[in-house]
Amino acid sequence: MIEKLDEIKSNAIDELSSLQSIKELEDWRVRYLGKKSALTQILRGLASRPLEERKAVGASANELKSLLERSHRQKKEALKEKAYQEMEAAAVGKQIISPTGIPSEEKFGIPTVFLGIPDVTLPGRPIPLGRLHPTTQMVREICDIFVALGFQVVEGPEVEWDYYNFEALNIPPDHPARDMWATLWIDTKSGERPMLLRTHTSPMQIRVMERTTPPVRVVVPGKVYRYEATDATHESMFYQIEGLAVDKNITLADLKGTLYEFARRLFGAERKVRFRCDYFPFVEPGVEMAIDCMVCGGTGCRLCSGTGWIEILGAGMVHPAVLRRVNYDPEIYTGFAFGLGLERMSMLRYGVEDIRLFYSNDLRFLRQF
Amino acid sequence: MKAPLNWLREYVDIALSPKELAKRLTMSGTEVKGIETIGGWENIVVGQVVAIEPHPHAARLKLATIDLRGECLRSVCGASNLEMGQKVAFARIGAPLIDPQSGEPVRLERAKIRGIASEGMICSERELGISDRHEGIMVLPPDAPLGVPLNDYLGDAIFDLDITPNRPDCLSIIGIAREVAALTGKSVCLPETRYDEPGELIERKVSVEIADPDLCPRYCASLITDVKVAPSPPWMEQRLLACGMRPINNIVDVTNYVMLEYGQPLHAFDYERLAPKRIIVRRAGDESITTLDGVERMLQSDMLVIADGEGPVAIAGVMGGSGSEVTEETTSVLIESANFNSVSIRRTAARLKLRSEASLRFEKGISPELTMLALKRATQLMAELSGGKIARGIIDVYSGKKEAKPIALSTKQVERILGIKIGLEKMMKVLCSLGFDCQTVSTEELSIAIPYWRTDVRLAEDLVEEIARIIGYDELPITLPSGALPQYEADPMRAIRERASDILAGCGIQEVITYSLISLEVSRKVVLNSGLTPLKIANPITTEQEYLRTTLRPGLLEALSANEKHEEGSIRLFEVGKVYLPREGNLPEERQMLAGVLSGPRLDRSWHGEGEVLDFFDVKGVLETLFERLGVEASFEPVNDELFNPGRVARIMLWGEELGIIGELHPRMAEGFDISRPVYLFEINLEKLLPTTIAPRKYRPIPRFPATLRDIALVMDGEVAAKRVQDIIQSFPLVAKVALFDVYTGEQVPQGKKSLAFRILYQSPSRTLTDEEVNKEQERILERLHRELGAALRA
Ligand SMILES: [Zn+2]
Repeated sequence: MIEKLDEIKSNAIDELSSLQSIKELEDWRVRYLGKKSALTQILRGLASRPLEERKAVGASANELKSLLERSHRQKKEALKEKAYQEMEAAAVGKQIISPTGIPSEEKFGIPTVFLGIPDVTLPGRPIPLGRLHPTTQMVREICDIFVALGFQVVEGPEVEWDYYNFEALNIPPDHPARDMWATLWIDTKSGERPMLLRTHTSPMQIRVMERTTPPVRVVVPGKVYRYEATDATHESMFYQIEGLAVDKNITLADLKGTLYEFARRLFGAERKVRFRCDYFPFVEPGVEMAIDCMVCGGTGCRLCSGTGWIEILGAGMVHPAVLRRVNYDPEIYTGFAFGLGLERMSMLRYGVEDIRLFYSNDLRFLRQF
Repeated sequence: MKAPLNWLREYVDIALSPKELAKRLTMSGTEVKGIETIGGWENIVVGQVVAIEPHPHAARLKLATIDLRGECLRSVCGASNLEMGQKVAFARIGAPLIDPQSGEPVRLERAKIRGIASEGMICSERELGISDRHEGIMVLPPDAPLGVPLNDYLGDAIFDLDITPNRPDCLSIIGIAREVAALTGKSVCLPETRYDEPGELIERKVSVEIADPDLCPRYCASLITDVKVAPSPPWMEQRLLACGMRPINNIVDVTNYVMLEYGQPLHAFDYERLAPKRIIVRRAGDESITTLDGVERMLQSDMLVIADGEGPVAIAGVMGGSGSEVTEETTSVLIESANFNSVSIRRTAARLKLRSEASLRFEKGISPELTMLALKRATQLMAELSGGKIARGIIDVYSGKKEAKPIALSTKQVERILGIKIGLEKMMKVLCSLGFDCQTVSTEELSIAIPYWRTDVRLAEDLVEEIARIIGYDELPITLPSGALPQYEADPMRAIRERASDILAGCGIQEVITYSLISLEVSRKVVLNSGLTPLKIANPITTEQEYLRTTLRPGLLEALSANEKHEEGSIRLFEVGKVYLPREGNLPEERQMLAGVLSGPRLDRSWHGEGEVLDFFDVKGVLETLFERLGVEASFEPVNDELFNPGRVARIMLWGEELGIIGELHPRMAEGFDISRPVYLFEINLEKLLPTTIAPRKYRPIPRFPATLRDIALVMDGEVAAKRVQDIIQSFPLVAKVALFDVYTGEQVPQGKKSLAFRILYQSPSRTLTDEEVNKEQERILERLHRELGAALRA
């Protein structure tokens, strides 16, 4: 029995050294290690042998089995390595013969290799590309900034009652400040409540406060509408983001800090910010915020009309009349509010000079974002 | 509002440069939009005509000798208004001027005119660029300083100011001077108005009655007789022009000048043309008036008019009537200085579409105290300029002065709003500089009386703004809100919208945003036979944007059509947006929709070959991806819809409800949008997907036991929907997954039949299935398919 094992061993090792391919190696494995191989037969037959023989032959047979397995593994590695080297040698100095190279037949059982070299400068297979509209991107970016500052994002109706758009915001009928918002009115029957397309996102200040008890910290993105002849800087439909924070101890300094942080995150930490007095009927004091001009750096140019500053939003402390309107006690609560035009932010960021590009949906424009 | 720097200087000392002053005004709320510099008159000085001789060779020309203080130069001059002793603007050789014919800038060159050398030129207003006047030379006032450069004498900086609607007091030079004074620590000095009243007692000449004191709290009037109507002096004309008003004559100009100066609109009536002795301020009846602009206007009963004994002579606070207009023949002038109800004026002006400088001031609510001050100033100026005689006394009908209550303001209130402690002293200093009268109540509180011109200040908060804006917002600290964060409320609609957008963009579709307002015509193209009337805009900008959309389809199709003109490859667009569905007596339902249009090749042309044209299943695949990612199992059912190509349309169902539609647009519809190639369109009601965001996802364990794969090919009638076969197979308990991998019709199967091939994955969560178990399950499946659908295993 031991002789038999020796014979298997010497035959197997001899044959192994002359093998040239993975295929031949696989045949070899079946021959010497397969289920029907002599070695396997011997190992299977051991159980019926006396203990002495079982011990002696068993040890030798298992030793031979692991030797052959090890040799098989090594030979397999060597053959693969040889194939890789051939592939690499074939590639060196080869001309580009076809765009993708010519696949060779399967060699040594390793994955298909290319005989030629593909022209890697050729374009890849096109995959249709989709993008979000620049306004959507800007809405998300700005909302994300305010969310990081503890604000929640809420939304509201675009068709509004006069009450929310004006009256509750301290702008009664026939108030001269109504001229600040040229309004598109809904055709209603006479005697019905006046309905309009909201001219700003500010009505949501009222709606949010009506249904919430302080503290309030929200931003409201959305479409707004104006009765306006369109030109490079005016659209009849555009987006605004409204902000509102109401609590005990909210101050103008908090307004400044919040908006300062916003401007730096959106336009860069090096931006300077300016706050000046302005008027909106639903805030007191009223604020306008500007950033230093990114084109001229403050020396004055066409973009900033020579002032060195670019107005980016209106803001202020919520007017006591507005707080009282929603049954917030202005002796207890204070708040700040702000509103900014979305497209203006995009225009400044990307240098877009005509607002009408945003909603005419020319793919040559949209693809740039 | 325009404000010339030199005019401001009459009331307040200004040491700052125009640029610095503009900055301070802007920061404090009076925005300076621009500064126009008047001047640039190099080599032009104030001279005096000291001799006039005839030109030896030209009858119409004269030789003028001009004294430039010590130096005398000779000029050839053709102006008919040249007179001895006049002060004039004299341009030396080399001075930059405006060519009166072309309007182009030129330099004055040495020239001989009809043989006589001219050593300079006496300028017209047009040549100096001051106005368009070129009928004669510009004559300067007698007190113009001889020899002084014109730049120093007439040069100016004109501020273009954006006055916010709350500050009607700043629609005046004096109002702006008050701002300047507060910002620079100076005080304001108002013009003196003292004059003799040599005429008859005014009450004998005219009476004033206010029929509606609510609409006219105060009416003051003065009378000047023996006036001589003539052009105003140059200084007044220049100021009016600088402020954008056209000079007319010395009567009308004074009313405009004083309105600009004080912010109180005035009106001058030709006294002789008033039906004598009576002014009645009343509501209009059923009558009309021809206004100064020559338009006859029908009046309505809530409009306030000034009437004489016969009828309306002016629309109160808006515009005068032409019947009592001051003309060159006018000899007596009644000056009106009144206060009208702001709402009434605004309504009247809006209704008549007639917004005047007067109505713009009245509608913002100016103080009744102004009437008397402005009237006296106007009376004095008008008498001076027209040589008239002032009647004795002033008529003043005043329903009673309303005293504004003082406002209490504590340092605590200021700190609560501004976030910084400001001392009582500092508060007082700022408020006093603005004309507020401050009384100390305690060490922490002031009682503040509001000056009459500040009709906008009513609350402590208003005073806080006054303090903050004068100190400067930039001086306030920067902090972040310190309170607790509000309770978080999720917004599932926004979440689902954003997820859907991200998925579709990931599927290669470009997001667009189209207008919510569309034309009725375009709306009708895509919404057929619907009883729904879209909401209409009462005052549309164009008919293109007159109705609120009830579907996203038209905007997308228009965008596709417009892009088709320049796009070579496929066009794939989607929009997530609202449609507006009217509701009786309420705001419309604003429903969130998702829609898309796709057209063109599946793959854009490249060296890899050109893709086939997109078909129904490309678009359906996109939606299946969307639903898969959202975790919903929507199904597609055949449906009839006239908008789509018959048979190539399906409605999308979810939980037994219609979620949306998908299909190939009917060529007729596509052509309506000028689209020539096949277009696939889908539209989904996003709100129906809302429950997906609310139901939390549950994890299912990964199967632990091996699966068995079996492929079967079935032959059945062509009409049997694949979905029915699939649903039946899927319903068997051991079937974990079933996928359709081949559809065949043709020679290999009988006429009218088709073959569907499925790969079925059998798997149990609790054990390894034996071949026998799988075979039995498959037999049951085949038996049921045969029984219900007539399907048989393909031979
Ligand atoms: Zn600039």
